[in-house]
Amino acid sequence: MRIITVRRISQVFFFTMFVWFCVVSTVGDNFWQLRGWPVNWFLQLDPLVAIGTILTTHALYAGLLWALTTVILTIICGRFFCGWVCPFGTLHQFTGFLANHKKSAAEKIRLNRYRKAQCIKYFVLIFFLGMAAFPSIATSLQIGLLDPISLVTRSVNLVILPVIDSAFNITSVSSRFYQGAWLILAIFFTTIFSNLVIPRFYCRFICPLGAMFGIIDRFAIWRIGKIRSECNNCKQCEQSCEGGCEPAGNIRISECILCFNCRDNCKDELIAYQTQASLNGEVTNPDISRRGLMLSLASGIFVVPAVRLGNKLGGNWHHKIIRPPGAMAEEEFLGRCIKCGQCMRACPTNVIQPGGIESGLENLWTPVLNNRIGSSGCQLNCVACGQVCPTSAIRPIKLAEKLGTGDFADRGPVRLGTAFLDRNRCLPWAMDKPCIVCQENCPVSPKAIYTREVFNTVRDGKLTVKKTVDKTIETVETIMAEKFATGDYYCIVDGNKRSRITANNENTIEVSENFAKKPIKDSIIEIQVCLQRPYVDIEKCIGCGICEHECPVSGKRAIRVSGEGETRSTNRTLLLKN
Amino acid sequence: MNRTSKNKLERREFLARAGKAGLSIAAAGTISYLLYDTTVPRNKVSKSVSLPDFSVEPIKGQAISVIKGSNRVESVNKAIKLIGGIERFVRPGETVVIKPNIAFASPSALGATSSPKLIAEIVRLCYEGKAKRVYVTDNPINDPASCFRLSGIGEAASGAGAKIILPKEKYFSNTTLMGGKLIDNWPVFFEPLAKADKLIGVAVVKDHHRSKASMTMKNWYGLLGGRRNIFHQDINTIIAELAILMKPTLVVLDGTEVMKSNGPTGGSITDLKRENTMIVSCDMVAADSYGCGLLGLKPKDLPYLGKAEKAGAGTTDYHRLKPIFDTAG
Repeated sequence: MRIITVRRISQVFFFTMFVWFCVVSTVGDNFWQLRGWPVNWFLQLDPLVAIGTILTTHALYAGLLWALTTVILTIICGRFFCGWVCPFGTLHQFTGFLANHKKSAAEKIRLNRYRKAQCIKYFVLIFFLGMAAFPSIATSLQIGLLDPISLVTRSVNLVILPVIDSAFNITSVSSRFYQGAWLILAIFFTTIFSNLVIPRFYCRFICPLGAMFGIIDRFAIWRIGKIRSECNNCKQCEQSCEGGCEPAGNIRISECILCFNCRDNCKDELIAYQTQASLNGEVTNPDISRRGLMLSLASGIFVVPAVRLGNKLGGNWHHKIIRPPGAMAEEEFLGRCIKCGQCMRACPTNVIQPGGIESGLENLWTPVLNNRIGSSGCQLNCVACGQVCPTSAIRPIKLAEKLGTGDFADRGPVRLGTAFLDRNRCLPWAMDKPCIVCQENCPVSPKAIYTREVFNTVRDGKLTVKKTVDKTIETVETIMAEKFATGDYYCIVDGNKRSRITANNENTIEVSENFAKKPIKDSIIEIQVCLQRPYVDIEKCIGCGICEHECPVSGKRAIRVSGEGETRSTNRTLLLKN
Repeated sequence: MNRTSKNKLERREFLARAGKAGLSIAAAGTISYLLYDTTVPRNKVSKSVSLPDFSVEPIKGQAISVIKGSNRVESVNKAIKLIGGIERFVRPGETVVIKPNIAFASPSALGATSSPKLIAEIVRLCYEGKAKRVYVTDNPINDPASCFRLSGIGEAASGAGAKIILPKEKYFSNTTLMGGKLIDNWPVFFEPLAKADKLIGVAVVKDHHRSKASMTMKNWYGLLGGRRNIFHQDINTIIAELAILMKPTLVVLDGTEVMKSNGPTGGSITDLKRENTMIVSCDMVAADSYGCGLLGLKPKDLPYLGKAEKAGAGTTDYHRLKPIFDTAG
């Protein structure tokens, strides 16, 4: 079997595994749902995620230890991850193959030549690492924007899968929604289609993970190289060179992704994977200037405090940024979130959404709750998001901690924020119409929404008595039939206590109890509506958003969750004491 | 080639081209003619369905039974037996749809949803009556998959051999209640009903701050689609209209553990009170009229009971139906 066949099998295998992990990230018990599958394995194998979080948190978190395997294997073998494992790389290689395989050999050699611009990815890497490295200035983890595993996971989870599944409804009973998915799609498609211009465009020019591999593979025990310094320079080896690493000349080890196409193409069998350096000479260092390195580093360091001039971590924080339950406090959160979208994918109610830039650039694609989307706000008995977060930006809290029961009873429940009633839009507060769907659906016990009853005289609600017979009053004025018969209307007349109206026609009103003092002709009746008006008890409200989700005022909801009172932030509390 | 044949060639090419141009024009013209429409468009009106009548012939003295007992499985068996047995309600080869209360993603111990053991037993009873197929369905308030899973009803029903139907948008069709005010061209979860020969509603006795109580009549709210929460403005009318619209074979009202406070979601064991009562009835108004007593209410406290009775959906004076009282277990 040819080595490139083994490489192709490997690529297909890992790509299929990656897609499978994306599909099974659905909460449930079936074999094709979440239980047990290591859905974060690719993110954990990714050393850029590990090194990024080491810089921002000074710790290597749990499953990210897998990255050590990748690092060790890269140091020994070279950039095997790029050529044999990375699902994003496989996608690029395949697109490039489809675009170019019918082209002439000369055309392909030209396309796969080394370009100086391949140094850009190193600057991207240094830039991002600079952003993460200096806590005394400010750190922010933004590698998730361009890290290939985060990018492809996010794109498949939030765009490709929902679009395909909206036709088949296999991973989800109803269609899933993700706001701002258009931007994720645009970037994804741009990276894929750029392969039509230059093969493996993203891998060669942009990928910071590839850059990192290019830096650490200099001591590789085995490397691609020529077994003889002289050859007839036919350049067939460079026809399908995926890394753009010049195997015909001084091979650039930092660019070589071990596709082995050169070895396969060389008719004279002059290329081998060997412990000896290429006899034609090799270049181990990436082709970057010291000046470029310094500039990237300095920019990365400078940009974080610059972006934070908006004071979004301080007094100017955005009240609509509601994070999932178990999320770390905001500054720590931004040092951990890799914008992979796993939490958004796993959330059974589809309430976790990719954030936009309203609350600052760093908020892009971080998880934010939008209670108007999905099937229910944050479900009370669910902690799925924390379970799938690979970096513990959302801690894997247990249900007892979320609900504030058992060992956590004295700490109380995790609050995501607080619901605020908009009395100008609420039906019983502003429109004289009974409702309280919010109170009905509040999931905590005792409920965080309670009511106070008022009786309001309705518009045109003062009527004149013509005559009274038993429980029925005949009125002078004409009223709409059945208008007051809903069970929510009462009438007050002439020294009698308030009694409920059970029926009315155009000129009669019937009440449920006999009158203590029979209303005489010309006395005035007042028709009143009984309104249960909701109030939020901020000592009980956990900000789950189910009330906002259920509110029938469906545009700008009459009850909305706002970030005040979230337990993860000490400077946003509303209550004096928990 | 000489000039004349060259001319002939050019002319032939021109005629061919002119012919194709003519055909294209004819096609454009024909399509325009066929599609031409001067009427101003109107908003689309979805297709309408009418809900079937699933009820069985009434038999005097076998309309409603009330069983006292702490074991739901034994109670429901006895209750159904006393008003004719499952064979009165389910014929061999029939398709039965069971509509429990699966409204919330709440663990079954908290009593906000139907008991999974009770549902499994009713499924088993239907198959004992030689039903061909039993479906268990609901359109929950919270996330449907989570509700079926957390309440335990999904697993219990499947384990007993029933098939779960989760709501999907295409399963809803519009319906209008004749003479109704609120259910006017409103989406209902019709797909399971379209396949059904018999329909059994299974509800829990629960406190409800807006409607005072949530029992068998309010249970049908779970078949409404759309933004159904708008109906809370006239909650008594919608519940009454549901009782008129739906004509089930049987309703089961589970008053074994009643939610006395913080209904309908509850959330604490302290919200529940053991009343050990199981009510099975062919008349849902009568069932609710008896059941509200378990919450300390009287039928006249619930306006929707009077409205439903007035419209002929049942009777609040359950004594008239000669309820059979017994104990089980």
